[in-house]
Amino acid sequence: MQPTSHAFKDNAHQALGNANLQKALALMRSGFPARRAAAVARLPEFEALRDQGKAIKDHVLENLDFYLETFEKNVKAQGGHVHWCRTPQEARDTVLAICQRLGAKTVTKGKTMIAEEIALNDHLEQNGITPVETDLGEYIIQIRKEYPSHIIAPAIHLVKEQIAESFRETHRDLDPARRLEEAPTLVAEARAVLRQKFLAADVGITGANFCVAETGSTVIVTNEGNGDLTQTLTKAHIVLASLEKVVPTLEDLSTILRLLARSATGQEFSTYTTVSTGPRRPEDTDGPGEFHVVFLDNGRSAMLGTEFQDMLRCIRCGACMNHCPVYATVGGHAYGWVYPGPMGAVLTPTLVGVDEAGHLPNASTFCGRCESVCPMKIPLPGMMRHWREREFERQLSPAAYRYGLALWAFLAQRPPLYRFVTGLASRLLGWAGGPRGRFRSLPLAQGWTAGRDMPAPEGRSFMSLWAERQKHRSAA
Amino acid sequence: MSQSREQILGSIRRSLKRGPLDTGARSELEERIAEHRRNLVPARAAALPHPAQVDLFRAMAEEVQTTVTRVARVEDVPAAVADYLSQRNLPSRLVMTPDPQLDGIPWQERPMLDIRRGRAEDGDQVGVTACFAGIAETGTLMLVSGAQSPTRNNFLPDTHIVVMRGRQVVPSYEEGWTRLRDAQRGADGRAAMPRTVNFITGPSRTGDIEQRLELGAHGPRRLHIVLIDDEAAS
Repeated sequence: MQPTSHAFKDNAHQALGNANLQKALALMRSGFPARRAAAVARLPEFEALRDQGKAIKDHVLENLDFYLETFEKNVKAQGGHVHWCRTPQEARDTVLAICQRLGAKTVTKGKTMIAEEIALNDHLEQNGITPVETDLGEYIIQIRKEYPSHIIAPAIHLVKEQIAESFRETHRDLDPARRLEEAPTLVAEARAVLRQKFLAADVGITGANFCVAETGSTVIVTNEGNGDLTQTLTKAHIVLASLEKVVPTLEDLSTILRLLARSATGQEFSTYTTVSTGPRRPEDTDGPGEFHVVFLDNGRSAMLGTEFQDMLRCIRCGACMNHCPVYATVGGHAYGWVYPGPMGAVLTPTLVGVDEAGHLPNASTFCGRCESVCPMKIPLPGMMRHWREREFERQLSPAAYRYGLALWAFLAQRPPLYRFVTGLASRLLGWAGGPRGRFRSLPLAQGWTAGRDMPAPEGRSFMSLWAERQKHRSAA
Repeated sequence: MSQSREQILGSIRRSLKRGPLDTGARSELEERIAEHRRNLVPARAAALPHPAQVDLFRAMAEEVQTTVTRVARVEDVPAAVADYLSQRNLPSRLVMTPDPQLDGIPWQERPMLDIRRGRAEDGDQVGVTACFAGIAETGTLMLVSGAQSPTRNNFLPDTHIVVMRGRQVVPSYEEGWTRLRDAQRGADGRAAMPRTVNFITGPSRTGDIEQRLELGAHGPRRLHIVLIDDEAAS
C-alpha cells in the first residue's frame, strides 16, 4: 500500500472527529491493558521470561546468517522450499509465480502483516487471482477496501453496525431481511461464507510468528483457526516471513510463546498455535502438497548493527499500541501505513523512509508505557528519539521548529542569559494575561489554545522563588 | 533468487561487521541447538506431582470454555460421549480418526453412535480424535498429524471431542517436545517432525467485532475432552 504517513497531522485531526472510531477506541482502552495486567500478575516468572526472551532474540540477531541457513537446510530436508527476497517486488513476484504454476484461481490467506507490507492482494488481483482474507478482522477490512488499523485486531476501528452494513453489501445472495444486529450473527455469517472459500481455494498463504531453525518449521498463532484451514485444505502452503522471525529451538519458541499471548490479548495461551514442517508426508491423508517459505528483507538486514537493531526483537504482540495514549486517541489509520503505534513509529521510517514517515516518531508523549509493557524490552521511546535527531539533522522538521530549538539551545547553554530572558518573558506574559490569568489564544500555540486556555505565568520563576527561599533559610 | 540469497546474507554480515562464522563458532551454535536446553519453565505445573498436574490441566482447560469429563475406565468412554451429545442435542453421527489410540474403546456398546472412521469432510458435525499430549500449564491439547490423525479433523467439525488418558498430561510445552522427539526418533537417532503439530487451547474464538469474545469463528464451536483416569485416584 502507498504510505500516507506524511499526512499524520491531518489523519489524526480527522480521527479525532470520527465518532465511530472514538467509540471503538474507547472499547480498546478499557479492554487490552486490563487483561494483559491480569495475565502478567498470574505468572510470577513473567519478568524473568522477558529477560530470557530478549536474550534469545539478541543471540539470534548476532548470528542471523547462521540461523537462517540452518532453517533453510531443515526446510529443504523435509521437501520444502525457501525463497529469499530483498524487496517487496521480489516477494510479490515469487508468490505470484507459485500460484500461477499451480493454476490457482483463488487463494485463502491467514493474517500476514508481510502481505500487507508488500501489497500482495493488489498484485494477485491484477494478475487474475482472487485473494480471500480469512481472519475475521482482515476479511471485514478487505470487503470494506480498508487496511488494518492494528497488527493483531485489524478491524478494531469499526463498530458492529458498520460491519453489518458491509456484510449486507457483500453477501448479496443471502436474505436481505435477515437480522444482523449482534456480533454472534455476524460471526456465524462470516463462518458460513468463508468455510466455502476454504474448501474451494487452491493455495493457502499465511504469515509466520516464528521460524524454528532446529526443525525448519514455521509457527502461526491464531484464535480463530483460519490459518489452519488455510494451510491444511489447499495444494500449497506459502509462508510469508521477515528475516528476524527465526528462533533456534522448540524450547526457545516455547519461552517466547509464553510472552506473546499474555502481552497481546491477556490470554494464557492463544487458542491455536500451529507448527508446520514441510509438505504433507506420503502417508498423510491431508495437508498441503507443497510448502514454500518466502523470506522478505526489505531493509531489515541493514538495521542490524545500527541503533535500530533492537527493533528486530519485536514479536508483533501489539502491547505497545494497546498501551499508547496517542494510538488510543487517533487509532491506527492515522499512522498511514501497515504498522501503527509506537512499534510503527520506529519501524515505518526504517522501511519507507524518514522523509515519508518523519511525523510518526514525533507522535509520542514519551510517557514510556510502550517500553514498560514490551515483552522484548525494546527501547521504543529511545529509538523514536533517534529518529527525531535524524529528522533534525536532515532538516526535515519545520523551519519554525528548528529555529525555535536552536534558539532554545543557545539560551540553555548560557544560564544567566536564560534566566534573564525567561524572567522577562514570564513577567510580560503574566502582565498580558491580565486579571483572568489565562490566554484564550496565543500566536504559535493554537494547537494548545484551540482546545483549552493557556494559564499565564504568575510572574515569578521557580529559580527566583528557590533563591529567595534559600536566602530566608540561611537568614533564619 | 540465489543472487538475492547471497546478497541478503552478505548484507547481514556487513551490518554485523564480520564475514561468515568460522567452523568453531558454527559448531558452538550447532551444539546449542542439539542440546535442546530448556529456558526457565514456570513452576505453576512443573512443581506439582502428576495427579495435581492432571487437575490443573482440567481447570485451565475449563477456564477457556473447554468442557471436560473424567471417567475411571476406557469402558466408560462411549457412554460419556453419548451423554455429552444427547445433553446438548447434538447429532450422534461421528467422524472418528483411524487413530489406534481409539481402537480399544468398546464403541459397540452404544449402538446409537453412528461412527465413521477416517478423514473429516465438509458437513461433518461431530468429530472424535485422540491427542498426543495435554499441557497442564495452560490446559492445552497437543495433536500431531499423521496417516491416522489428519489435521482437518481438528478443525472442520462444529464439535471436537478428544479422548485422552491421564498419563498423557505433561506439565509444560517443553515436556511435550521431549516426548514428541522420543516418539518420532527413527533408527538413525534423528527425530523427524510431523507435518503439523497443533496446540489447541479451547474452542475457536474471535474478538474482532468490538473486542467481544465469540466462540466458533472458523474452527470448532465446542471442544470437549473425555479424560480417562489411568493412574491411582488423585
